[in-house]
Amino acid sequence: MSKRWTSILIPVLAVILGLLVGALIIAISGYNPIVGYAQLWEGIFGDSYVIGESIRQITPYVLAGLAVAFAFKTGLFNIGVEGQLIVGWFAAVYVGISFDLPAYIHLPLAILAAGLAGAFWAFIPGILKAKLGVNEVVVTIMLNYTALHVTNALIRSIAKGDTTEQIAKTASLRIPFFEEITQYSRMHGGIFIAILTVIIIWFILEKTALGYELKAAGFSQDASKYAGMNVSRNIVISMVISGFIAGLAGAMEGLGTFEYVSTKTAMTGIGFDGIAVAVLGGNNPIGVVFGAILFGALKYGSLNMPNPPAEIPEEMISVIIAVIIFFVASGYLFQWLYEKFLKKKGVK
Amino acid sequence: MDYVIEMLNITKIFGNFVANDKITLQLKKGEIHALLGENGAGKSTLMNVLFGLYQPDGGEIRVKGKSVKITDPNVANDLGIGMVHQHFMLVDTFTVTENIILGKEPKHGAGTIDIKSAAEEITRLSELYGLEVDPYAVVADISVGMQQRVEILKTLYRGADILIFDEPTASLTPQEITELIDIMKKLINEGKSIILITHKLKEIMEVADRVTVIRRGKAIKTLNISETNPTELASLMVGRDVIFKTEKKPAHPKEEVLKIENLVVKDYRGVDKVKNLHLSVRRGEILGIAGVDGNGQTELIEAITGLRHVESGNITLIGKDITNLKPRKITETGLGHIPQDRHRHGLVLNFSVGENFVLQSYYHEPFSKIGVLQNREIYNYANKLIDEYDVRTQSAYEPARALSGGNQQKVIIGREINRDPDLLIAAQPTRGLDVGAIEFIHKRLIEQRDNGKAVLLVSFELDEVMNVSDRIAVIFDGQILDIVDPKETNEQELGLLMAGHKADRNSPQQMSDQAVKKEGEE
Amino acid sequence: MSLIDTIAFIFYNAIFYAAPLIFTGLGAVFTERSGVTNIGLEGVMQIGAFTGIISNLFLHDIFGGATVFVSIIIAMIVGSLFSSLLAISSVTFRSDQIIAGTALNMLAAGGTIFLVKKLFEGKGQTPMVKDAITRFDIPVFENIPVIGKIFFQNVYLTSYLAILAAILGWVILFKTPFGLRLRSVGEHPTAADTMGIKVNRMRYIGVMISGALGGIGGAIYAQSITLDYSHATISGQGFMAIAAMIFGKWNPLGMMGAAIFFGFAQSLSTIGPSIPFIKDIPTVYLYILPYVLTILAVAGFIGKSVAPKALNTPYIKGSR
Repeated sequence: MSKRWTSILIPVLAVILGLLVGALIIAISGYNPIVGYAQLWEGIFGDSYVIGESIRQITPYVLAGLAVAFAFKTGLFNIGVEGQLIVGWFAAVYVGISFDLPAYIHLPLAILAAGLAGAFWAFIPGILKAKLGVNEVVVTIMLNYTALHVTNALIRSIAKGDTTEQIAKTASLRIPFFEEITQYSRMHGGIFIAILTVIIIWFILEKTALGYELKAAGFSQDASKYAGMNVSRNIVISMVISGFIAGLAGAMEGLGTFEYVSTKTAMTGIGFDGIAVAVLGGNNPIGVVFGAILFGALKYGSLNMPNPPAEIPEEMISVIIAVIIFFVASGYLFQWLYEKFLKKKGVK
Repeated sequence: MDYVIEMLNITKIFGNFVANDKITLQLKKGEIHALLGENGAGKSTLMNVLFGLYQPDGGEIRVKGKSVKITDPNVANDLGIGMVHQHFMLVDTFTVTENIILGKEPKHGAGTIDIKSAAEEITRLSELYGLEVDPYAVVADISVGMQQRVEILKTLYRGADILIFDEPTASLTPQEITELIDIMKKLINEGKSIILITHKLKEIMEVADRVTVIRRGKAIKTLNISETNPTELASLMVGRDVIFKTEKKPAHPKEEVLKIENLVVKDYRGVDKVKNLHLSVRRGEILGIAGVDGNGQTELIEAITGLRHVESGNITLIGKDITNLKPRKITETGLGHIPQDRHRHGLVLNFSVGENFVLQSYYHEPFSKIGVLQNREIYNYANKLIDEYDVRTQSAYEPARALSGGNQQKVIIGREINRDPDLLIAAQPTRGLDVGAIEFIHKRLIEQRDNGKAVLLVSFELDEVMNVSDRIAVIFDGQILDIVDPKETNEQELGLLMAGHKADRNSPQQMSDQAVKKEGEE
Repeated sequence: MSLIDTIAFIFYNAIFYAAPLIFTGLGAVFTERSGVTNIGLEGVMQIGAFTGIISNLFLHDIFGGATVFVSIIIAMIVGSLFSSLLAISSVTFRSDQIIAGTALNMLAAGGTIFLVKKLFEGKGQTPMVKDAITRFDIPVFENIPVIGKIFFQNVYLTSYLAILAAILGWVILFKTPFGLRLRSVGEHPTAADTMGIKVNRMRYIGVMISGALGGIGGAIYAQSITLDYSHATISGQGFMAIAAMIFGKWNPLGMMGAAIFFGFAQSLSTIGPSIPFIKDIPTVYLYILPYVLTILAVAGFIGKSVAPKALNTPYIKGSR
């Protein structure tokens, strides 16, 4: 089987299997899977409002998935997208409420602030790995929780209570036209930024000398060193770019979805779902878009599941997504099944 | 016929590849039976079947006349079969004793390991067979020779009567090889039977009773050693007549290209590994460095190529001081490097062949313009080199991982030679390659030298060093012990030098040290 | 408070918070020593916490005083079964261990709340348990002057069980045949294979031990600290246990020391206001202290050469 085929076939099979296993779990738990999935579908495509909201949900997923995928491609596990996103969100809203500027400056400035905040948050694990060889997985995870508490404290210091004021109109990603055609969903212009970022990242990875170096470092640090590349510098660059993208995901939430930021008791979950998106998308930019569409839509649609008559808690979708990831990651399972069943038929 | 092991018509297939094709091998009690074949011929696979690591797809195994199914190494052990692996199967962080008893640990009543009685048993065995080891030493700290003795003790501890030695002499000096041969003879005296896997004809002639030649997965012939000779064995092994010496014109060395003075380099543990080394390589010559692995060659090359810090001393390349410069600056000055570990350092296996061809040059014109890769230029260049160096690949887009070892090495060599470096360093350039590839690579190295470039060849294979080099420098304990002319020396002399025994005349090192001392006294 | 009282106060709070970390960290040591990284221990702790609370709530009438320990045992079994998902996907089907672990975390986070909502009519939080892990005095030892007050009065049984477990873990890992074989599988699986050790089976055992111990850790955490279960119950403790393992250089006793240290850091956010000097520090610093300390701990020790060599590499026969 050619590599191209398997890289598309396995994710598709994984999704189908995941949905089937999900249906099984729903049934065992005493709910009706058919009604449940029907409501899930309704929750995504039912009317223009939910379609708009689904697109809104997909937007940060594209960026979160891209951030994780970019890091993976260059040999790094960025499990800290969650924290980078949170600080990015805060930075974007801070710029959004603190300045009085015309839109063509205010909005880009807020977005840039988000990216830089995320980049800075990712710089820490990057430099620790580059200089001291510290494994980035634990550091990024710890920084997630740190980001949560630090931004909570910062929010309380600049807002009256737990929520900031709304950002200025000049910093918002909302587009009146979108609001009109989707019955006033929160769908916003960030989707364009997300797509643009995907294209830019694809170009960097496939067409530039920098991308060549970053990929080489991801595949073989030893060969990169022998080829004269500055591996430490490249590790930091990779993490910083990944963090920047994650920060942009935070800007989507702060400048588009909510137009404010408030304290949180737990992680947003977008960062972790970003990992799922990247894994499903095979870590390449185009795959990430498809993964984001799938998981973003599922995540939003699941909000309709607790409604009668299905009455299934929306957390079910996290279970389904986790099962899909297990199947994608265990790709060898499919190869094993393929060999078992084709060998049985006597095919060599 | 008293056969203690019979492998009859053994077949083993991996996917599409037939590693063993109906091979029959019979081992008599008390004999040393050699299994001869090139790399990739199927010798190790066959022995892994015998040892229970692989299951055969066809054929039968009989031990002492009884038909058996060896499903895993434990079964092999119970049948009295033990294997001394080519790449040592030792856990670095464990002690000698822990490595030997792993899987058959003696216990105290409470369930904890009884290390003391284990160590005592090991000491008893080591004295019986003359295998000197320190039971409490940690494996990471002991010599290669002792590590091999630990491997042998692993089999004896489990009561093996039939020992399989897989390429046991790869990392040994000629003297250590002699010691190993004595150990093998002693084992035979104590009633053991041995299968010796090797591709070294001289060792077979010296120690074996019979030999079975394997080529491309098939058993070609089984002969009595007394009735054959190296030339016949070599042609059976390769399938055609083999020329042992490389054709080359005499060298005409000119000015110095590389000059190394007073070099001191530490290894990864902070210990001095290169100790005040002097060396010089001239245009138009191939300087070979001979030495047992671990005497500083690796650190020396890393220092020259900028991958390891130089503590003191200097390295000059075509007149420019390159000591402690960044690797890229050094290669741009005029250095090419064929690394020892081609998979780890020479190639990015997941990159395409084309991408690997530009590994040293992707960042400048014509392969990059303002940071953007020029794929057409890259792949034109790659296709040109694929033709020139006869790289067998489906296309330049194929991942390097898919190529055979020989073709991967050709990619590296094509890349480095085509950059036209003034100095080309080749470290183990033919390791693991078949005779055809070896001939090709040696020809290319000599071509470089004939074109007025300098070549520094580092190899553990004495034959290669003696064949290809114009001068041979022997490295021992971080210094150049002596420099000899390959036409005026032989393996014995080189072997002695490699083990640190100098002839009476002074080494270049000593002579310069004495001169410095004299100056100080005046 | 007198100095002795303060020290005693800090000590038993540190151990109190450390106990779940010690159990889970011990599990992490066993799984990583066999060559499998289990990032999913966070999820395992969630499963353990959830199972512990649910068992406690539903079995309270049957077991009375022993409810807490019965719940811990059930959590141990469930945790072990849950972690077998990681084993199946990583060991048998060769998935990347970090990805599988992340999926495990997502599964636990979503699955536990799903069940909570199902069992408690859509509410995202369980009721509080009536039986919690309580404090008691150890007879005889409590009367020793000075150290008696610090170490043996008013302590939690689970804290000392944790310490005993770590010591037992050390003995098993370094002094028994099982431990030797487990470590060989994590360092040089091919060598272990040639000595007849079943590599994949050992790895399964390592992972399931981590599941069992993580389940215990989660159940102890929930039944002593939060007394209920919600999405905010376990927030990073599983990862902290992994960090304690790294800090402790994959040695159960080192891990225990690190866990006590992290336990101390965690305790500061609750007991801080009672300690002079500490009470003046803004709470945000106390909240992030355990996490920042973990980063410093992991960065301060260049443990590159110390991790089991064959970590995160599926063992495939015939590969060299």
